[in-house]
Amino acid sequence: MTPPTHDELARVVRDHAGRLAAALIPLVGDFTDAEDLVADAVEAALTHWPADGIPERPDAWLYTVARRRGLDRLRREHRHRRRLALVAWPAEPEPDARLRLIFTCCHPALPRAAQIALTLRVVCGLTTTQIARAFLVPESTVGQRITRAKRKIRDAGIPYRIPGPDELGSRLTEVLAVIYLLFNEGYLPTGDQPAAAHDLTDDAEFLAALLHQLMPAEPEPAGLLALIRLHRARAAARFTGDHEIVRLQQQNRALWDHTAIADAGRLIARAAALRRPGPFQLQAAIVACHAEAASWEDTDWAQIVVLYDILLHLAPSPVTRLHRAVALRYLSGPAAALAETDALAADLEHYHLLHATRAELLRDLGDHDRARLAGARALGLATNPAERRLLRRRLAWS
Amino acid sequence: MKYVLMFADTEQFAAGLAAMDEPERERAYARVQQWFGQNADKITHHVHLLPADAATTVRLDGAEPLITDGPYVEGKEIVSGFAEIDVADLDEALRLAKSWPACPIVEIRPVAG
Repeated sequence: MTPPTHDELARVVRDHAGRLAAALIPLVGDFTDAEDLVADAVEAALTHWPADGIPERPDAWLYTVARRRGLDRLRREHRHRRRLALVAWPAEPEPDARLRLIFTCCHPALPRAAQIALTLRVVCGLTTTQIARAFLVPESTVGQRITRAKRKIRDAGIPYRIPGPDELGSRLTEVLAVIYLLFNEGYLPTGDQPAAAHDLTDDAEFLAALLHQLMPAEPEPAGLLALIRLHRARAAARFTGDHEIVRLQQQNRALWDHTAIADAGRLIARAAALRRPGPFQLQAAIVACHAEAASWEDTDWAQIVVLYDILLHLAPSPVTRLHRAVALRYLSGPAAALAETDALAADLEHYHLLHATRAELLRDLGDHDRARLAGARALGLATNPAERRLLRRRLAWS
Repeated sequence: MKYVLMFADTEQFAAGLAAMDEPERERAYARVQQWFGQNADKITHHVHLLPADAATTVRLDGAEPLITDGPYVEGKEIVSGFAEIDVADLDEALRLAKSWPACPIVEIRPVAG
């Protein structure tokens, strides 16, 4: 037997942990009790599988462990009603029970950090240790967040169900925001990540795909999934061998996964056919314009600016306006783009990319002194090490 | 499950109410009455409080009880009333709170036990 790789373990656990939680909750009758059993079973799997190999039926293996732990606990607690329920565990949960799980973990009455930690643990089967490592926070912090969130679910009466049609829209927005935040954390970590850190972009894609599969009539989960896949399809070209960021202009487009890009394009088209545009569909469409262009020079800037206009209409944001200004530079020239960034100075004064963008525009306009000042300002505000190195290189030629 | 909805006023809201003319204020009160009427089957008890300038606070954490004029927190948000509700879960409590037609802040707190 070849020992399973880290990725294989993560994938198998993720495929089954959420299903197990979804199966246990109606039987145990309580979200938090079920969650404890799943966490125990996952810990046991991560202890045994690296040495023994992944069992042929990982789901049955996890069920057996969770059931044994559940019965142990019952013996200590003498709760007869629950004992009866545990004896008759079925092998398979109802097909879409994981959707309820996601909506409960991302309930708006929970703080954002807890929504993320809970979703990773309950739906993706990550351990507290893995979550702590991925976010560079102490394990005790993650443990406390999860404990508090579970207590709040129980005490505040947060229901375990899919929201009704009147609130589905806003609740879905919340879930999508959690998944996208998770993706961004993995895509451009805010600190120096240890090499063996869990790949959060993998979890984010898994969650978006699951949401899309369980809610096929909703276009925004499809948009988010396409967006994540388009970013990941270009991951191989984003960094040099020694971890330096390669900007889009300079990326070797032959390294992009063009099959994945075409698939994402079809996903966007199918979502668009539902005729309910949303922020994630539009962001995906913008990224698709870049991904489908044969070269930087062939990019359809007019189309991109139009998409940004619609996006800004649906979801006004100064950061989106900054992105639009960058696209506008290639459509209408650096002076028009610089004027746009002037209007954003108050809102984005402390955002390093505003100053980095202004540095480039000023340089293009021949104003090298102000370009250097803006570049220095950007460098002073950036925190990500790879981004700081990139800004230093850009400063050198401004 | 039982929850208490705690209604809180802001200075801005109080000023808006004070600036209303009589018919406008009547309409505002009517909306509140209507809310209580529509949700009568879920509301077990409710009280409306007089403004914070009628409040007196007693602090018992010193050697002697300390009596001061005013509410216990000097803040911009002042609790103006309570309603105890009996509903299925937090989502139903949230639905009630979201449809509240008056003061701008509602805290939802589960009742212990």
